[in-house]
Amino acid sequence: MVSDLDLTVKSGVDVGGSMLPHPYVIKQVRKETDDTFTLMLEQRSGGPKLTFAPGQFNMVYVFGIGEIPISISGDSASSVLVHTTRAVGTVTRVMARLRRGDMLGIRGPFGTPWPVQEGRGRDVVIIAGGIGLAPLRSALYEVLSQRDAFGKVVLLYGTRTPSDILFREELEQWRARFDLEVHVTVDRAQPDWRGNVGVVTTLIHKSPFDPQKTTSMICGPEIMMRFAAQELQKRGVDPDSIYLSLERNMKCGTGLCGHCQFGPYFVCKDGPVFRYSRIKDLLVKREI
Amino acid sequence: METLERILAEHPFFKDLSEPYLQLVTGCASNVRFDQDSFIFREGEEANQFYLLRQGRVALQVFAPDRGPITVETLEEGDILGWSWLIPPYNWHFDARALELTRAIALDGQCLRRKCEQDHNLGYELLKRFAHIMEQRLSSTRLQIVDMYGVRS
Repeated sequence: MVSDLDLTVKSGVDVGGSMLPHPYVIKQVRKETDDTFTLMLEQRSGGPKLTFAPGQFNMVYVFGIGEIPISISGDSASSVLVHTTRAVGTVTRVMARLRRGDMLGIRGPFGTPWPVQEGRGRDVVIIAGGIGLAPLRSALYEVLSQRDAFGKVVLLYGTRTPSDILFREELEQWRARFDLEVHVTVDRAQPDWRGNVGVVTTLIHKSPFDPQKTTSMICGPEIMMRFAAQELQKRGVDPDSIYLSLERNMKCGTGLCGHCQFGPYFVCKDGPVFRYSRIKDLLVKREI
Repeated sequence: METLERILAEHPFFKDLSEPYLQLVTGCASNVRFDQDSFIFREGEEANQFYLLRQGRVALQVFAPDRGPITVETLEEGDILGWSWLIPPYNWHFDARALELTRAIALDGQCLRRKCEQDHNLGYELLKRFAHIMEQRLSSTRLQIVDMYGVRS
């Protein structure tokens, strides 16, 4: 039998490192909303802890069904690997039915991280839309773990309706902090909702940050990211200090297969986190 | 003590408005407060004011008999509420309800309309500012309509 930790083919490609899924066991499943859920995973047989930087993603394999990219939504300092996703396709719908003790294959981590350390000494504005809060939660954990190293920290979060709000308890805890400004808005609400109604971009112009010394991280639907970046620019934030996380058809995770090509870039390798100034013109090209 | 003129002068909406115009606008301004859940205005009523919100949160709502009040947007501190005073037939198109105790500066639209008719430069200055707000709100509304958060499973 071949060990899953020692697979090096004769060509020299280290398939054990990035191409071979490692078995992980589901320790806990948490239902976040009607169609989103969080899986907490631990490596089977206590292998080495997977180290990642906030913003990176793993290729998650549901055995016999398929493999998909999912960003990591947990704390990079924790020994538990956390993924939050929406049950929307063939693989994620099956994944949503998995329970504690079931197994998944994990390859990764892949991709570029959020520029958390670059934000030190500056204001940090995190803008999330819908499920986009998941990969940004990892960045926020890191910022909060070194809170004194940053200026103002602002989280702006928009979803479709109040019932689509992710990480509700944590949002309440964050909102209670004096060193973190949290604003949540929804596109549509029932009469009992007493919070903001309107798209997340409307929160930008009234948020307390210094545009000249702000690093912003945005994740959500691409339309929302485009408009949020434009709104930040209107406030005076440098496009070099705005970062977006893109989603494309990632397959190999290493820039070999070409499925996630985005102009001159491969999103799995050159992204998913990109500096806005680098991809600004590509975002409006329909042919890409 | 903060005077109405100073508050208006410091608000982005009135940024760079000349001193005489600012004094003129201040002459049409007054402090108002609305208790939680009270209506600031209701659909169909005459629109004779606009408001600069200083505290609280206001929901713009439309009422549907089968669904009750539907909030299309909320506004809060620093936002401008209402532009129907500027456009004939000067009636509100939505309800505005205070979601919490709300304090605002009300600007008398009838008074301002008269002054704008007499002085078209003032009219142009105000219209430019409202056009900017309308553009922002239209843009946001378009994004809401797009339903950008994707399909439900």
